[in-house]
Amino acid sequence: MSPTPTYNFAYLDEQTKRMIRRAILKAIAIPGYQAPFASREMPMPYGWGTGGVQITASIIGPDDVLKVIDQGADDTTNAVSIRAFFAKVANVATTTRTADATIIQTRHRIPERKLAEGQILVYQVPIPEPLRFLEPRETETRKMHALEEYGLMHVKLYEDIAKHGEIATTYAYPVKVEGRYVMDPSPTPKFDNPKMHMSEALQLFGAGREKRIYAVPPYTEVVSLDFEDHPFEIQTFTDPCAMCGAEGVYLDEVVLDDKGGHMYVCSDTDHCEERRLSGHRGVLSGDPLEAAE
Amino acid sequence: MYVAVKGGEAAIANAHALLADRRRGDRAVPALRIDQIVQQLGLAVDRTMGEGSLYDQELAALAIMQARGDLIEAIFLVRAYRTTLPRFGYSRPIETEKMLIERRISATYKDLPGGQLLGPTFDYTHRLLDPAIAEGGEVAAPVTREADAAHTPRVTDLLAHEGLIEADSGGLRHNDEPKMNDSEREVGDLTREPLQFPLDRDLRLQALARGDEGFLLALGYSTQRGYARSHPFAGEIRIGEVEVELDVPELGFAVSLGRIKVTECQMVNQFKGSAKVPPQFTRGYGLVFGQAERKAMAMALCDRALRARELGEDITAAAQDEEFVISHADNVQATGFVEHLKLPHYVDFQAELGLVRRLRDEFEAAQEPRQEAAE
Repeated sequence: MSPTPTYNFAYLDEQTKRMIRRAILKAIAIPGYQAPFASREMPMPYGWGTGGVQITASIIGPDDVLKVIDQGADDTTNAVSIRAFFAKVANVATTTRTADATIIQTRHRIPERKLAEGQILVYQVPIPEPLRFLEPRETETRKMHALEEYGLMHVKLYEDIAKHGEIATTYAYPVKVEGRYVMDPSPTPKFDNPKMHMSEALQLFGAGREKRIYAVPPYTEVVSLDFEDHPFEIQTFTDPCAMCGAEGVYLDEVVLDDKGGHMYVCSDTDHCEERRLSGHRGVLSGDPLEAAE
Repeated sequence: MYVAVKGGEAAIANAHALLADRRRGDRAVPALRIDQIVQQLGLAVDRTMGEGSLYDQELAALAIMQARGDLIEAIFLVRAYRTTLPRFGYSRPIETEKMLIERRISATYKDLPGGQLLGPTFDYTHRLLDPAIAEGGEVAAPVTREADAAHTPRVTDLLAHEGLIEADSGGLRHNDEPKMNDSEREVGDLTREPLQFPLDRDLRLQALARGDEGFLLALGYSTQRGYARSHPFAGEIRIGEVEVELDVPELGFAVSLGRIKVTECQMVNQFKGSAKVPPQFTRGYGLVFGQAERKAMAMALCDRALRARELGEDITAAAQDEEFVISHADNVQATGFVEHLKLPHYVDFQAELGLVRRLRDEFEAAQEPRQEAAE
């Protein structure tokens, strides 16, 4: 039998990391442009964050502090699994606190707390091409990006308004980056789109199966597509978080019974915990924090 | 609830412990051994090596055992290991003409130099369940003979002597044009460079060779049923061992790394010719690790269908559509993305819930005045 397999720091070999870093640098140099890279098979399945994992593996160093979230939460199963992977193969410090992390890998959310200079947000991306559902062919969409031919997208948004009276896209809402490339923000709710604009943190997007990396450098203009008479709007919630009382944050609906009873809680678990620790209370939180756990 | 607060880590560990238990099964039943899988489930090992793109029977067998016999999971395990291996270099092209043949058949000639050799095939077996196998009875030793010293020419080379078929490298024979020499051409590597459509045939064949057998089988089948019909003949299928050689620059000559078993299929397809090119046969090519005849044949059908653009044929069917076929042929990618739907999506679902509730409210509000008017 072949010798027992052994693995490099952060799993990927150094040659592969260099290849990925070159793609990252190219992506940063052309904000919003999808740079192809020779994505590797990873020890987790395609579609489960292999693009984000490859980016994180390529940029992480022994001094980094890693946070991994899925749906805004640190304790969702796949976030737990990815965090454990890096703790094992790179032996890095991990955290759930947004403020303490140097690298935050995320799926479907941007943390509520404003990110700071020096932090890197790594997005897991399933379909990097914002035009894919309008045009399935890569050869065509590449041409459309090259010619800045985004009419099809505007027609789609217009048809939404004609049919529904509003733009019926609630997540993966397309944005234009630095006035040039139309970009898919990954399937984050459109609630999070404004956080990408002029962010102090570096934002990297990895799509492993589709073999693309793209980036939004710090202090870059990110504008959600809209029309003058139908300006872009984010979701609003009528109730505050039942645990910490937060308003103006993204909430998850938790079903309490089969009779329509439900409550709303923060999707960002770290944000919610931090608020409760500093004394904020929601209608269902009770007094001591321990009771909520 | 799989998003139990702070419970994720323990839940995952427990799930994996249960998986290990179920994989082992009843402890009173002896555990499988790797050599048993290699010896007795050889075709599963071959498929795992082929679609896993790694020729190592023991690792493939380990993967099959670890995957509880789920071959796509086994292929995934092999791929995830393969990708971490350093790349020393590229071997010389294998010479299937010099294959040590175990099976070789041609459907286009009754007899031909080298003969027809059935080898270990399911063909012509009656598919009756055999209780003797369950009872573990003795199996008689097979009849063998000395290997032929003379080499067995490929059927397509026989045709090529008459100029009736396109050259080996692809590229149609124009009148008076010498055979295209592609020995100098750089061959792509889809595991090192991102695929960029449109592809050349080398990269397409690589993608097909590691593509899912079932997917290619269905597409190949569709070409037989009229979706991009290509009038194929199984010119030749050969299975056997070939030598793998690596050029070592320091030595100045090639050294043998060992032998691998491969299955090669050359489909011979009709081509009516055009104004510039005389009528001749074209090729569809399949080459797979191990004994994998069904896969090699399906691959050859797909290869031929995907050459529509190069041969100036109309692209009318799925099997001819390069982006469609190649983007969806990889079962490791496909299974990952299909199964990722199991991951939590409640943030996006929440966004959709909000939208649907609002649209329904608007819909109902729009109905009310109409009802009033009707009453």
